Amino acid sequence: MDRAPVARLSGVSQRYGAAVALDAVDIALPAGCMVGLIGPDGVGKSSLLALVSGARQIQQGRVEVLGGDIGERHFRASALPRIAYMPQGLGKNLYPTLSVFENVDFFGRLFGQGKRERAERIAELLASTGLAPFRERPAAKLSGGMKQKLGLCCALIHDPDLLILDEPTTGVDPLSRCQFWELIDSIRARRPGMSVLVATAYMEEAERFDWLAAMDGGRVIGRGTPAELRAQTGQATLDGAFIRLLPEARRQAHRALVIPPRVADGDLPAIEAQGLVQQFGDFTAVDHVSFRIERGEIFGFLGSNGCGKTTTMKMLTGLLPPTAGLARLFGKAVDAGDLETRKQVGYMSQSFSLYGELTVAANLDLHARLFHLPDERRGPRIAELMQRFGLEPYAGQPAAELPLGIRQRLSLAVAVVHEPKLLILDEPTSGVDPVARDQFWALLVELSRQQGVTIFISTHFMNEAERCDRISLMHAGKVLASDTPAGLCAARGEATLEEAFISYLEEATGVSKGSVSHAAEPLPESNAALPVGHSNGAKHPGAFSLRRLLGYAYRESLELRRDPIRLAFALLGSVLLMFVLGFGISLDVEGLRFAALDRDQSPESRAYIQNIAGSRYFIERAPIVDDADLDRRMKNGELALAIDIPANFGRDLRRSHWPEVGVWVDGAMPYRGETVRGYVQGLHLDYVQQIIRDKTGASAGYPVNIVSRYRYNQDFKSIYAMVPAVIPILLIFIPAILMALGVVREKELGSITNLYVTPVTRLEFLLGKQLPYIVVALISFALLVIQSQLMFQVPIKGSLAALCCGAFLYVVATTGFGLLISTFTSTQIAALFGTAILTILPTVSFSGLTTPVAALEGASYWIGQCFPASYFLIVSRGTFTKALGFADLWPQFLALACFIPVLTVLSVLLLRKQEK
Amino acid sequence: MSWATLSNIYRLGLKELKSLWADKVLLILICWAFTGAIYTAATGASQELRNAPVAVVDEDQSPLSRRRVGAGDPPDVRPPPPATQAELDQGMDSGRYNFTLIIPANFQHDVQAGRRPDVQLNIDATIMSQAFIGATYIKSIALGEVNEYLTGKRDSAATPIRLSTRVRFNPNLTGVWFGGVMEVINNVTMLTIILVGAAFIREREHGTIEHLLVMPLTPFEIMMAKIWANGLAVLLGASFALIVMVQHVLQVPIAGSVPLFLAAAACYLFAAASIGIFLGTLARSMPQLGLLIILSIIPLLLLSGGVTPRESMPAIVGNIMLGAPTTYFVRLAQGILYRGAGLDVVWRDLLAMTAVGAVFFNIALFRFRKAVTQTQI
Repeated sequence: MDRAPVARLSGVSQRYGAAVALDAVDIALPAGCMVGLIGPDGVGKSSLLALVSGARQIQQGRVEVLGGDIGERHFRASALPRIAYMPQGLGKNLYPTLSVFENVDFFGRLFGQGKRERAERIAELLASTGLAPFRERPAAKLSGGMKQKLGLCCALIHDPDLLILDEPTTGVDPLSRCQFWELIDSIRARRPGMSVLVATAYMEEAERFDWLAAMDGGRVIGRGTPAELRAQTGQATLDGAFIRLLPEARRQAHRALVIPPRVADGDLPAIEAQGLVQQFGDFTAVDHVSFRIERGEIFGFLGSNGCGKTTTMKMLTGLLPPTAGLARLFGKAVDAGDLETRKQVGYMSQSFSLYGELTVAANLDLHARLFHLPDERRGPRIAELMQRFGLEPYAGQPAAELPLGIRQRLSLAVAVVHEPKLLILDEPTSGVDPVARDQFWALLVELSRQQGVTIFISTHFMNEAERCDRISLMHAGKVLASDTPAGLCAARGEATLEEAFISYLEEATGVSKGSVSHAAEPLPESNAALPVGHSNGAKHPGAFSLRRLLGYAYRESLELRRDPIRLAFALLGSVLLMFVLGFGISLDVEGLRFAALDRDQSPESRAYIQNIAGSRYFIERAPIVDDADLDRRMKNGELALAIDIPANFGRDLRRSHWPEVGVWVDGAMPYRGETVRGYVQGLHLDYVQQIIRDKTGASAGYPVNIVSRYRYNQDFKSIYAMVPAVIPILLIFIPAILMALGVVREKELGSITNLYVTPVTRLEFLLGKQLPYIVVALISFALLVIQSQLMFQVPIKGSLAALCCGAFLYVVATTGFGLLISTFTSTQIAALFGTAILTILPTVSFSGLTTPVAALEGASYWIGQCFPASYFLIVSRGTFTKALGFADLWPQFLALACFIPVLTVLSVLLLRKQEK
Repeated sequence: MSWATLSNIYRLGLKELKSLWADKVLLILICWAFTGAIYTAATGASQELRNAPVAVVDEDQSPLSRRRVGAGDPPDVRPPPPATQAELDQGMDSGRYNFTLIIPANFQHDVQAGRRPDVQLNIDATIMSQAFIGATYIKSIALGEVNEYLTGKRDSAATPIRLSTRVRFNPNLTGVWFGGVMEVINNVTMLTIILVGAAFIREREHGTIEHLLVMPLTPFEIMMAKIWANGLAVLLGASFALIVMVQHVLQVPIAGSVPLFLAAAACYLFAAASIGIFLGTLARSMPQLGLLIILSIIPLLLLSGGVTPRESMPAIVGNIMLGAPTTYFVRLAQGILYRGAGLDVVWRDLLAMTAVGAVFFNIALFRFRKAVTQTQI
């Protein structure tokens, strides 16, 4: 290659824990052409692309992209607008609830494009990709092929010089795949200077690329044009060439797969499906599918992701009851409750569904026991499977740590542990390298041909489908055709199965292979109206941009509006919790049950009891009969208070002999006990003073008169104290959780990549995401205030404006607190419980809810001082019950305002602009 | 129940324990919940009066009024700083003082003349938990001081009836006694629901439940296995918390039978775990489960009678909470642990609690298959 490379890697190594993703890679990728990285999953292709795109931090070595060092911060900032990156996974960096238009529009905003420019570019891109008719459809409801086209639109919105595509066609049907590559060709024709870097696991696709690098085990094992690679290895196909390039040890395990012909017998069919239909709401996943599979046959289901393969299989296993139609296994209708039929079936689901934390041996043993293999059969059977499937070296390893190929073998071993007569395998070889895939097929062939096991397998690999006895082509829930591979090719007059499938798809969808590129043709002219090419170079990518910030805010609010569960939690959660807390935490101690053991039965004793029974705090129960009764009724919690009046109480009182009344208080709940004791003592004193007054006519008692004034809450009702205290708790708890989830969701679902590879800055990202949650929190604040007025009838005695102003500052601070937590949590569940724990404890214990912050000591004092709830609690109490306004509360406002910049700066510092 | 069913439940449960053992984060959470969390909750936040800030405005400046100001207070009340009337209002508004005592001019003179002067005690009633108790304390301290000044005795003047108040089950009304045990109960509720709910969703997300349903196993077996295994882990934790943390470290005497309590806890675990699975069948992903758990645990913890006595709740709230097993568990746990109640006293609650648990179990069982197949759609 004589052109300057678009990217050059020297001595690049990358490891994640113990796994080596890239191992001292040196490679120069030529510019201005289609460069392909080939190899199975997990060999380092994605890591290499992530490094080149600037999404991931370089651990070791140097990566030069577009003539500069991408590891260098300033160069990276200026290079990002020239690079477009589409990560692996269908629609990984798209937002599923957003429509096609909204998705592309969001990317346009991220690159700082104005409204008119965006509208023109989007119209052009959607027209040329054929997505224009689906402008308003949510991304989640697009087919795999359409998702990838949408991803491409988003990547091309800013006219990049380098387009990086990580496995863009994995799991896409062959017709869409063809259309996708034609689209890329037409884009390249229009922008000849653009370099395209593609990773793929499909060798047949790689044939059309200009230059290839074959990868295995984190190393580049071959490079050159496809023709050069084939010539170097002396192989006719790239698949063969790749196997030849593998290290000696790996290659030796491989031998060409030979499938002996099946001897058909006219037995009963193993599986029979008649008109199976599965509907989820208004979506028909499987639409009248019928087929018949004979015993011992290998029957394949070929189709793209989401075409209904998995759903059909689930109906056959009884996991999903069909909406209509009938499925029979061995002549018996499938029934979820039928355990006998299940003993004859082995099932391997699409994802690895064994217990990753159990060892290989433990997984096999568990399943053998669950199938009730007799003790004497179990040991030998497990040993036999370990030997036959080559699992012996891994017996003691946890399944999660196995390489993918080995894991799939273990899954198969587990599926056959009980010697089933039927195997249902759902995409068992996705992501497995060609050598391991052939070994896996060798096992299947052996099971089918030697043991007569019927195998029903789904796949999206053409070369695997060719190995089946018969296949069904599936698309959009329907079976397009069903026959032997050769029969299908013959029926359409095509040379390969892929072409036959495309021909069937064209017939079914009415879209032909060339139609997309034709649509794209007339557009290059209109392109001249746009500022040619370099909207990207004109802007200062590093500077703060309000447009990008608002872009994020707009997108976040759209997403939030379309997620009913989160929205309900945000708005109804606080109202529900206010209801619970308002009614639930009542510190009004009244309605206490008491009873008396009156051993005297005199007028005096009855008067004494009446004095207590007459108060509003106590409710009298049936008298206590004896000591045992007293004991029993206090033990079972019936009585909070028992009064024991001694015999001769009346006589002693008359003679001034100072009789003693015994009082028993239930102290199981200390607060309640304390209050009961206070009530009783108060009532007792009142009564005594009354007696003295009656006797002597003079008021007697204490030398001083203490006048208690319950301020701010004259009725001393718990609810007046509760409501102003609950609002600050709820306004930190729920906004912080939602905020943290909002950021961590992006980390978990993968759309955080857009922060890594677009010019958006961390501050724009954080503030943009924070805005909608501030609005949500303010709405929820308004609901709480309305609830406090209407349901609890707690008046706001002070300034409502001050309360609202304080609430505004407070929710900005609490959402900021959520942002801070989101920067160091990586899963939604950790963010959820982490935030819950980190907000509840300080709010309830250290912010002055029960004890003023000033009265706390040591660490609790400082936590209280540095927690926003402490200040808003004073504002809330002040405005609700103490009739305060701005003039009294300014120090609290100042303190709340100080939290905002501190939390924001901390979050920006802790958030990464690159993946680690 | 056939032998095969029992054997399946046993085997699946062992697997559940192994999975739990492999999840170190959860293990640490369980250990913390039954050790450190109990200790902090018992000794930390409580509703007792502690360091209540009092301010005194002394307009008399006499030996008697100063005596009050400088009085050796019990540790619950902070020594009052002297203040002026203006400072006082501002201090109460900003929450710096919860109580203020205003001693009028000529106080000592009036007391000695037997004119019973008024002393004003202002109480910040927005802090409910402290207001009443604090006021009672401050009153008794003030009266005691004056009495001592006049008569040399802290006791008040002779009264025609003496009152002997004895507090049962917790004689000194120590908050630690209450806080420690209630925290054990709260953590049992919280952990059981989280553990079982999360284990269920995790298996759904990984597709392992589907795998089990394709084998000759029934949803009943899968659910029972989850319940016994996770329940056992929580029960072990709770036993440790009760016997080691509460009885030995915190020195809280337990009135009743610990085995009876643990047996009741086992029944409660069944009910709480059933709620966990039920929530797991409602949520479609782990974050949704988390939000659901938060919205259901908080009412369970606060409204079951552990925080607010049931008689203080509005009747409708109390009746709704009869549908939650936690209500019965809190009641019977308080009965057994504090009041020494035996089976003869608590059997009704025990029965009701198990019945409520069975209802949740059956709803979850009914939703099980549907929920599992919804996961990936």
